[in-house]
Amino acid sequence: MVDNDIVFQISNINAWYGEKHVLKDISMRIKQRKVTALIGPSGCGKSTFLRCLNRMNDFIHNFRLEGRILYKAQDLYSPETDPIEVRRTIGMVFQRPNPFPKSIYNNIAYGLQIFGIKDRAKLDAIVEDSLRKAALWDEVKDNLGQNGLALSGGQQQRLCIARAIAVNPEVILFDEPCSALDPVATAKIEDLIMELKNEYTVVIVTHNMQQAARVSDYTGFFMLGDLVEFDDTKKIFTTPANKLTEDYITGRFG
Amino acid sequence: MKSFLDRRSRQRIFERGIHAALLLCASLSIFTTIGIILALFFETFDFFKEVSIIEFLTDTQWTPLFVDKHFGILSLVAGTFIVSLIAMCVAIPLGILCAIYLSEYSSPRFREVVKPILEVLAGIPTVVYGYFALLFVTPLLKSFIPGLSGFNALSPGIVMGIMILPMVSSMSEDAMHAVPSSLREGAYALGATRFQVATKVVVPAALSGIMSSFVLAVSRAVGETMIVTIAAGQQPRFSLNPLVPIETITAYIVQVSLGDTPAGTIEHKTIFAAGMTLFIFTLALNLISNWLKERFREEYR
Repeated sequence: MVDNDIVFQISNINAWYGEKHVLKDISMRIKQRKVTALIGPSGCGKSTFLRCLNRMNDFIHNFRLEGRILYKAQDLYSPETDPIEVRRTIGMVFQRPNPFPKSIYNNIAYGLQIFGIKDRAKLDAIVEDSLRKAALWDEVKDNLGQNGLALSGGQQQRLCIARAIAVNPEVILFDEPCSALDPVATAKIEDLIMELKNEYTVVIVTHNMQQAARVSDYTGFFMLGDLVEFDDTKKIFTTPANKLTEDYITGRFG
Repeated sequence: MKSFLDRRSRQRIFERGIHAALLLCASLSIFTTIGIILALFFETFDFFKEVSIIEFLTDTQWTPLFVDKHFGILSLVAGTFIVSLIAMCVAIPLGILCAIYLSEYSSPRFREVVKPILEVLAGIPTVVYGYFALLFVTPLLKSFIPGLSGFNALSPGIVMGIMILPMVSSMSEDAMHAVPSSLREGAYALGATRFQVATKVVVPAALSGIMSSFVLAVSRAVGETMIVTIAAGQQPRFSLNPLVPIETITAYIVQVSLGDTPAGTIEHKTIFAAGMTLFIFTLALNLISNWLKERFREEYR
């Protein structure tokens, strides 16, 4: 079946850390320019799953994956696939803001420089554009030489989003991007995510069910390595088909 | 009512005793250092009563044990400098490459096995390195460089570099390993290669630790004694030619200490002046190391 709206076609993936079976036979389709949220209790595999989507698990020595993940009809895990290109196309923002210990400007320029963009005017333009898209430009435009680590947590996280945007990805993966932030900073990031879906496909892992309900179009509920339910966010939060999902979203466990 | 008094006073005496014992231990090392500095200082002071400091710093010959006495420390400094420079040329590039490999490329298991083995290199007695330089490396080098003397700066310099390498790699690796993996992930997620992550993210972030490992390595090379005493020769020479016999400050001190130079003579006092010079060098290096650490910590980039 060919559907141009589908960017990720995940078919029957299983994953292990050593002997531990962390993802069990998961299939999912992720749609273009939508926000897909992954929720579930700690240790349910949602972050592992997210990291499979841009091969960030490659660095974990005892990690093993079976099954197939197609990104626009290309197999992400085929031997011919270049993981560097994969990660460039499918960017990621992490749980804790992790700006480089460099200036704000260089934090964003870094990703461009590693691809050989050295033209100063071009760099300047992309830095400004990325910071604007990350809703950070007005706050930092006069201090681009300041160390990124000197920013507040929320600003750092937006800097990381700007950094991810700068290399012009098609997808941005968010791994609990607000779990280290206060409510005001969280609200800003959520607004931003809703903006971003106009241009990018967004997949977000979150602990916060209200967040999933607020920002996402589709929601997947993971538990103990199983994808229990995956559907429209509205449906998941109003009339979940599975009893486990209902118990989780109504706060009966988790 | 239960009385607390007796127990408390006994405990207080015990606490005071512990306090005093710990203070004593701490002061012991401080007093030793002060004692060494004072001894060095007074003997050096005596030395400079007889030899002008200008001669000491400008003369290019060092012949205190000969009839025609010259006291130009520069010859010994040159020897120390050339050997240390060669050692650094070996230890720094290899050390940092080892560190990058162990920290960024190797599997954790490989690292667990290899790192202790590298550190064993540091445990080999320096006298063994000295004979290794004299009896193995020098003859080997001679087959490439026919003009090489039996005693020279090159061979002990190279061997000293090998000896210092584990220190550089181990300390640099510790510094790189301490760089949070979140920084690496951030760069990987932008599509950086392993090499780009290592050179553009990890090394800059670990720079203060790497730099201080370099400076400590220099300090170690400057103070290293046995290898140069055995393999570099005993000819103070104001020259940076690595192919001829030279003498370092440390090797000179050994030479006089082992000889029959009577205490109190000017020949004997030279070792304190030489020792003072060495002390000033290492002190300066340690200060530089601290300064580098502070500077790079502040900027952290």
